[in-house]
Amino acid sequence: MASTSDSEAFVAFERVQKSYDGETLVVKDLNLSMPKGEFLTMLGPSGSGKTTCLMMLAGFETATHGEIMLDGTPINNIPPHKRGIGMVFQNYALFPHMTVGENLSFPLEVRKIGKSEREKKVMRALDMVQMGDFANRRPAQLSGGQQQRIALARALVFEPELVLMDEPLGALDKQLREHMQFEITRLAHELGITTVYVTHDQTEALTMSDRVAVFNDGRIQQLAPPDTLYEEPENSFVAQFIGENNTLEGTVKEISGKTCTVQLDGGELISARPINVTKPGDRTRVSIRPERVEMNKERLQEGAHLLKAEVMEFIYMGDIFRTRLRVAGRDDFIVKTRNAPDQVRLKRGETVEIGWLPEDCRALEA
Amino acid sequence: MSDTTQTGPIDMGNSAANDTAEKKGPMLAADGTPLKRSLNRALRRQKLRALALIAPLLIFVLLTFIAPIADMLFRSVENDIVSNTLPTTTEALEGWDHTTGEPPSEAVFEDFYFDLFLASEAKEHTKLGTRLNYEKTGVSSMFRSTGRGLDDIGDDYLDALEETDERWGDGDFWYALMSGTGTSAPEVVEARRKALARMSGDSLSGDVGFAPSNSIATLLPTTVRAYSDFAVYTALVDGDVVAEEDPWESVYVGLISDLEEANVDGYTGPEADALKAAKAALPGIEQVSLKSFFQSEDKDWVDPSVWATIQTYSPKYTSGYFLNAIDMQLTPDGIEMRPENQQIYIMLFKRTLFMSMMIMGSCILLGYPVAWLLANLPSKSANLLMILVLLPFWTSLLVRTSAWKVMLQQQGVINDVLVWLGLVSDGDRLVMINNQFGTIVAMTHILLPFMILPLYSVMQTIPPTYLRAAKSLGATNWTAFWRVYFPQSVPGIGAGSILVFILSIGYYITPEIVGGTTGTFISNRIAYHISSSLNWGLGAALGAILLACVLILYWAYDRIVGIDNVKLG
Repeated sequence: MASTSDSEAFVAFERVQKSYDGETLVVKDLNLSMPKGEFLTMLGPSGSGKTTCLMMLAGFETATHGEIMLDGTPINNIPPHKRGIGMVFQNYALFPHMTVGENLSFPLEVRKIGKSEREKKVMRALDMVQMGDFANRRPAQLSGGQQQRIALARALVFEPELVLMDEPLGALDKQLREHMQFEITRLAHELGITTVYVTHDQTEALTMSDRVAVFNDGRIQQLAPPDTLYEEPENSFVAQFIGENNTLEGTVKEISGKTCTVQLDGGELISARPINVTKPGDRTRVSIRPERVEMNKERLQEGAHLLKAEVMEFIYMGDIFRTRLRVAGRDDFIVKTRNAPDQVRLKRGETVEIGWLPEDCRALEA
Repeated sequence: MSDTTQTGPIDMGNSAANDTAEKKGPMLAADGTPLKRSLNRALRRQKLRALALIAPLLIFVLLTFIAPIADMLFRSVENDIVSNTLPTTTEALEGWDHTTGEPPSEAVFEDFYFDLFLASEAKEHTKLGTRLNYEKTGVSSMFRSTGRGLDDIGDDYLDALEETDERWGDGDFWYALMSGTGTSAPEVVEARRKALARMSGDSLSGDVGFAPSNSIATLLPTTVRAYSDFAVYTALVDGDVVAEEDPWESVYVGLISDLEEANVDGYTGPEADALKAAKAALPGIEQVSLKSFFQSEDKDWVDPSVWATIQTYSPKYTSGYFLNAIDMQLTPDGIEMRPENQQIYIMLFKRTLFMSMMIMGSCILLGYPVAWLLANLPSKSANLLMILVLLPFWTSLLVRTSAWKVMLQQQGVINDVLVWLGLVSDGDRLVMINNQFGTIVAMTHILLPFMILPLYSVMQTIPPTYLRAAKSLGATNWTAFWRVYFPQSVPGIGAGSILVFILSIGYYITPEIVGGTTGTFISNRIAYHISSSLNWGLGAALGAILLACVLILYWAYDRIVGIDNVKLG
């Protein structure tokens, strides 16, 4: 668990707890620190506490316990409008009775910025999101993607150092979403803004973030850069939640350094990297990414354990082949292979032998 | 939000379709008929079914609501009572000029006598008196008292005639004289039947059993007219046989008047001898001019201004009621303002508008926070609050208004509490009822739900994220409310205000009970005219003006705010 409370942190949660009803904790003992300029994503299923954390940071919810620090000062008792945090809401929350220009000008007006400077800043913000021609439109006259850009511009126009985004791309179609993902990260990095981004879409989290905090059950399960998160999940929840994953259950036979031998429930033996198993006899759940499963024995190291597998289904997906296999008594074992010229196309009912490098197979807690 | 964002592309699609349609002419269906026509045909069935579904309510509303209102409003210009009751008089008066300062000629008085005689027999003359009294005070009693004395002059003539022949008072003698011989002239009777029918408002059908002969009708026109009135009334209203009844006194007046001119020497019809004897005795009979007769009944009958009023209100339609309703009057010399001390309606209209504004304003002030709470509380508490808001709807209006009487009167609950608290001394308790204050308080209470409900339904649609967004952008609670929340709730305020304002300017019961003299509305005056003074025409005119006010305000509101922006739920 990441609980680095270093003095460099721009945003820090220190032992934060939140309960709405006084009986259950929605956020349990949250510790998090972010350096300036980082793009951090809070990822998790609904009800995992990620939005509550964001709302506490914005000031719309108060922490039941613990301290939230912004740039070294505790902000628990500062009302939202004095925190100077930009925020993009799920449904954009553009004020329908104001034009786009008035919407953008609003945060500047309440900050008592002069008219000419206001206009300059509004135009700059609109140009930044390529919406310079839309200042006189009403939000209702814009498409979803355009509204999204305006919402973003409005959150940035008063030059906050921290911007919060609460599932801002949820209402857009896939293509627009991917485009906006790129736009948002580009802007965040160009302007050097610290960003906290909440989403339940793992692709979004992986493609956009510097670091991802995976939430479940009111706790951060793992806080790591996307590649680490994907390749080295620290527990079964993260392994399951991020990307596609094959799991097999068994018992640890022996541990030696960075490898261990696991006896699957069907009796087969495999090698794996022990992550959070400590001694022989522990129940474990091993996880292997579908693209790390190897059918070509030549690529495996000598003496590697092999498993017999029966092809249940072969799906041609263009760039890859997706094969569903029956392995060790389970028939939901997925293998992804690249569509290379030498790759054989398997047929249903064929039997193959599969294996993997021990470091790709992680023995996690059961 | 999403549907409006699509209007752009859809519009473009439409215009593109129009472009192609313009090039190729109207779009045709598969069978070659224009697409529009086949579409209409397909939709007609649907429309008819929809119409059939609303037809019962539509007919009900038309018959029980729209039609009576239209009829009532029509009374504000309708004025045929004068020309119906005094048909010949009003015709004769057309040639009279009121500016000469002279009363009308004897001929007019003669017409007036016969018109009035029939009207008094039919008991219609007092209605006319009441009608004309609205325009000239005192006319009502002139009609009533004169109506009682109309017989006297005829009785005197009868006595004189009976000295020449005993039978002049007999019904069958008169019937024989009037029926005469030779060709008859039933059109005279028919004309009188129509006049009586117009005056009384009944259709009066049936056989009169009398028709004068042509010769007698030419010889004694006035007598025949008076006898026809008598015959029509006796046969069709009383249901008696004409020949068996003694004629009205007006017939003798007619006879004396006719004999003066008539040459009876050549007449050979029945009872010609009696007629000749009467003609011979005529110089010995003391004749009274009808003008002096009326003057003796009431000296105001020779006052030209009375006749000018009758002349002014002779037309079938009049603007008089409407002029009255705005403190003006229609005089023989044209339209002028009423005297200061008789002006009341413009003040009442102003007061009604002012107090409705006050009620609307206090409803907004009191209702807005409640509606906000309703929209923002968790649903459990909101439901409870909603029940409290709706509670007044389940209590009788009279009970609530009477309750305010108990609360606000000088010996009432509020004054007692204030005195007990020592804020007000027992000697000068506050006067809070039977004045404008009482009306405003009670009506605000009664109309509050009509403000809260539209406000609530609008506020419910304003997502709380707007306020959060405003605050995250740096707005204080007040700025966020005033700049972001309030503008979006304006349609609700508009809807509630229109509802409360329109309801209150027509309100009657509450101002009647708690309004006293200074807190009553124009509607109370309308009710007074409809049920007490029975000046329905004026009541209708006031009502029509009120209706016009509402429509104008509604139109103005539509122009300024836009009725599409009003949300009632």
